[in-house]
Amino acid sequence: MGLVFYVISFFAVGGALAAVLLKNLVHAALALTIAFFGLALLFLRLDAQFAGFSQILVYVGAVAILVVFAILLTKGSEVPKQGVFSKSWFTGLAIAAGVFAVLAWAVLRAAPSLPNETATPAVNVNDIGNALMGRYVLPLEIIAVLLTVALLGAVIVAMHEKERAGQS
Amino acid sequence: MIERLDQVFVILKHWLLGYLPQSWQTPVGVVISVVCIIGLYPALFAVTTVLERKGVARIQNRLGPNRVGPYGILQPMADGIKSLTKEDIVPTSADGVVHFLAPIILVVTVFMGFAVLPMGRNMVLVDMDAGLLFYFAMGASTELSVFMAGWSSRNKYSLLGAMRAVAQMISYEVALLLSSVVIVMMTGSLSLVKIVEAQNHYSYGLPHWFIFTPWGLAGFIMYAIAGTAETNRSPFDLPEGESELVAGYHTEYSGFKFALFFLGEYVAMFSISGLGSTLFLGGWMAPLAALQFIPSWIWFFGKLFVSMAVFIWVRGTLPRLRQDQLMNFAWKFVLPMCLLNLFVAGLWRFMGDGWLRWVVCSAILILAYVSIGREGMRRKHFGPRSYRYAE
Amino acid sequence: MTPLASYLIVAALIFAIGLAGALTRRNAIMVLIGIELMLNAANLNLIAFWRYGPHPELLSGMMFAIFSIAVAAAEAAVGLGLVISIYRHAKTSDVEEMNRMKG
Repeated sequence: MGLVFYVISFFAVGGALAAVLLKNLVHAALALTIAFFGLALLFLRLDAQFAGFSQILVYVGAVAILVVFAILLTKGSEVPKQGVFSKSWFTGLAIAAGVFAVLAWAVLRAAPSLPNETATPAVNVNDIGNALMGRYVLPLEIIAVLLTVALLGAVIVAMHEKERAGQS
Repeated sequence: MIERLDQVFVILKHWLLGYLPQSWQTPVGVVISVVCIIGLYPALFAVTTVLERKGVARIQNRLGPNRVGPYGILQPMADGIKSLTKEDIVPTSADGVVHFLAPIILVVTVFMGFAVLPMGRNMVLVDMDAGLLFYFAMGASTELSVFMAGWSSRNKYSLLGAMRAVAQMISYEVALLLSSVVIVMMTGSLSLVKIVEAQNHYSYGLPHWFIFTPWGLAGFIMYAIAGTAETNRSPFDLPEGESELVAGYHTEYSGFKFALFFLGEYVAMFSISGLGSTLFLGGWMAPLAALQFIPSWIWFFGKLFVSMAVFIWVRGTLPRLRQDQLMNFAWKFVLPMCLLNLFVAGLWRFMGDGWLRWVVCSAILILAYVSIGREGMRRKHFGPRSYRYAE
Repeated sequence: MTPLASYLIVAALIFAIGLAGALTRRNAIMVLIGIELMLNAANLNLIAFWRYGPHPELLSGMMFAIFSIAVAAAEAAVGLGLVISIYRHAKTSDVEEMNRMKG
């Protein structure tokens, strides 16, 4: 059982690493998709089936395609001459390494006192539906408004400005 | 005797597994089922290709392939040998890894959808609680492989075809999801087995399929339109239109990889027809209570073949839709109708039994179709044509 | 069977990788990719603690993760729309070039 976990997390972490290191943007976006799949499989291992399938549906089916379309529309497929990493890359790397060190130290220090595996929770989609309409109805409605606003905002921001086409 | 014929595959599988020790039974059982699915659907694909070519040919007033066997039925063997022995040409500037992976990912994700389809009584591979969600998650992953195929070929036409195909698939996926959500709402479960069970009773000899209700009929029509568009099938096949884009996103593929794309498209059609018949047409149920002696899997595959015949018929009959007409149709007609369908289904549930709910729900849907579909889609003004050049 | 600490370490690793990507890459879209990775790592943390926590039948962790997925999708859409709009104006999507308000 440990082997399955290591294989899945190898794909998740490897995909994430490839996504930030690759020079070709479209390859990076495809590696990101592999990372998303790996994470969805980890969710499935944690008995969160609804979250895992929603992750695939939303992230792989929508966000990854959005990223790829944006790369194509901004001509990101050519590798720039100055290189893909910024001038202050070492600072960024050091900060990220510091953050990871702090988090890992916190986890490993608390490792003996973390709870152990309990029995599989009997979660079915019926309960999720009841929870969404009962206890979590306010966040649900706010998310609906948020998604509508985001949709309208994204369309307006990215829309071609016809009347200024001659000047810009 | 009838029950034994109905469950013959299940009994066969359990008999084979009886020879194995206890701990090996589950994995080997899964492997047997998976091998059966992977063997059956490509065989159906082979039969469907020749049926399609003959069918479309007859609609177009010509004979189809008739050289290879009696009436051309051995044509798939010739096609298979051709695609296996053709040279696999990869353009030098193409992106090697992505070009190789695109058809593989397409075929893998398309076959994963069959894991949750109940092909007969007790004949589902995995009875998942969130089965419908799993099916749509796998459907969403096919769009990525289409894009990968188009982009990696480094060909303007492939890229155009891929962008069109992805835009079309995303638009109609929303319609597909919404027309299935009506069924989920009425049965209260995402599990396909439970959805078939909810339709599994007869009154006066007629079945309780969901298509025989107003919201079910509207949902089925929306689902059929969206399913045809999802699999890039005529009249929505602009991305692979042979007369426009050479071959769209699979222009640069030859030999076996092209055969894999072809296989993926047809198996996706089987998959969507199977889901459609599970959701709306009662899955493995017989159409009349008196006909229940015929095994359930025969009814499932019968409905699958009828759906394929309708696909082929529509391909031969209707002209192709232009890209802007297609997108217009998706967002301005299909989506509002699906949302209205949800509302009508809720109204149906709360109005209680009787003839009133039939009249009210049908009236709302017909009114909506006439107002949105007929009047709203009519272009009343034809102004001067405007051109937009690429810049 | 795998301890909770393994999932938390994997989540921390993906978070750090996303942070490094967001801080060191030049292209604006890569920054957005890094942000998506960070959000995903937080989701993994939420689901892991939900599963190993005292009351998984209350579904709080899974709900939080589902809402987080929805919000991340909305934010990715708006962010990428902004990147496209900026590219149309500045003809570049390099964050090092866009270091002044003029223009």
